Amino acid sequence: MSMLHTVNKSPFENSTVLSCISLCSKNSSILFIEDAVISVMKSTKFTDVINNSLKDFKIYALKPDLEARGLSLDNVIEGVKVVGYEEFVDLTTEHDSVQSWL
Amino acid sequence: MKLGILINEGPYQHQASDTALQYVKAAIKKGHEIYRVFFYNDGVNNATKLSSPPQDDRNITKEWSMLAKDHGIDLVVCVAAAQRRGILDKDEAKRNGKDADNLEEGFRISGLGQLVEAGIQSDRLITFGD
Amino acid sequence: MSEQAIIKKFMYVNRKSPYGTIYALESLEVVLITAAFDQDVSLVFTDDGVYQLMKNQNTEGIGMKNFSATYSALGDYEVKKVYIDKESLEERGLSLSDLQELVWEDEDEDYAEKSLINLVSRSELSEIMNNQDVVLSF
Repeated sequence: MSMLHTVNKSPFENSTVLSCISLCSKNSSILFIEDAVISVMKSTKFTDVINNSLKDFKIYALKPDLEARGLSLDNVIEGVKVVGYEEFVDLTTEHDSVQSWL
Repeated sequence: MKLGILINEGPYQHQASDTALQYVKAAIKKGHEIYRVFFYNDGVNNATKLSSPPQDDRNITKEWSMLAKDHGIDLVVCVAAAQRRGILDKDEAKRNGKDADNLEEGFRISGLGQLVEAGIQSDRLITFGD
Repeated sequence: MSEQAIIKKFMYVNRKSPYGTIYALESLEVVLITAAFDQDVSLVFTDDGVYQLMKNQNTEGIGMKNFSATYSALGDYEVKKVYIDKESLEERGLSLSDLQELVWEDEDEDYAEKSLINLVSRSELSEIMNNQDVVLSF
């Protein structure tokens, strides 16, 4: 079974991003939305965590949320795929189940 | 696919309801069926017709209501969560001895069983919240 | 009736401490309803969610209803799978003895009381989570 995990909290705010990563099984995907898109930026204290996670999971970030926050797509960690709402829908249907980390 | 949606946060305070709206619009555009949108926790606050945001802001309650009208989406508000937070339809207002009701058109009030049913009947259940 | 024949695996992931927000209480309400629909229900307590099961909760001072006793009804609702994240307990300096006991009565064994609680590692939890049909996080 494959699972899509969505996270919406900044890693600077609380531990949800880290909890999600620690409970994700291989072949899972993580989609960062809302404030969680901060997680995928280069040169933050969480960049290494995301880089390491990319070895085990597919990682996505919601483009409208990056743009809304003035976060440049050029500064997104390589390997992270930037997607829109329609691809968000595709991700939910392509995986067997969805867990929204709240 | 049949998609069930759970919304656990009220409008404006948190982006959850906005994200859910964008998601639902994209899903409809892609030809998916929205089996039900269930409003729980503070999510029930999305259903008040008394909400009056400034002219230049989006009206989230109206957007849900219009989606329901245009696409026949079932918008269900949890009765227990709604009563706690003062969201009442005419029947609930009467039953609770209140002189006003505030449920927006297109929403209906029902029990938590409707959420469980959405989980059972939908191919995927996606939650939006805080 | 044919609709009732569908049994899905529902998992409720509790990650917040009680009282500070309403999530723990309203999560418990959905859990009990889901069980009443005869679904395959499991509960996870991870991160601050482990505090929901603390013994000796006393809410008199904060003026809120103490709902911790409701967890002991889980067994009566045939909810038999409660998973507690070992690492979350340890990180908080807690052990199982700090949490209330949750049991169900096994009719086949003369109503012997059996524990509902499974202490699991993150990797075990990850595996269990991955096999669910519907996951709800509160």
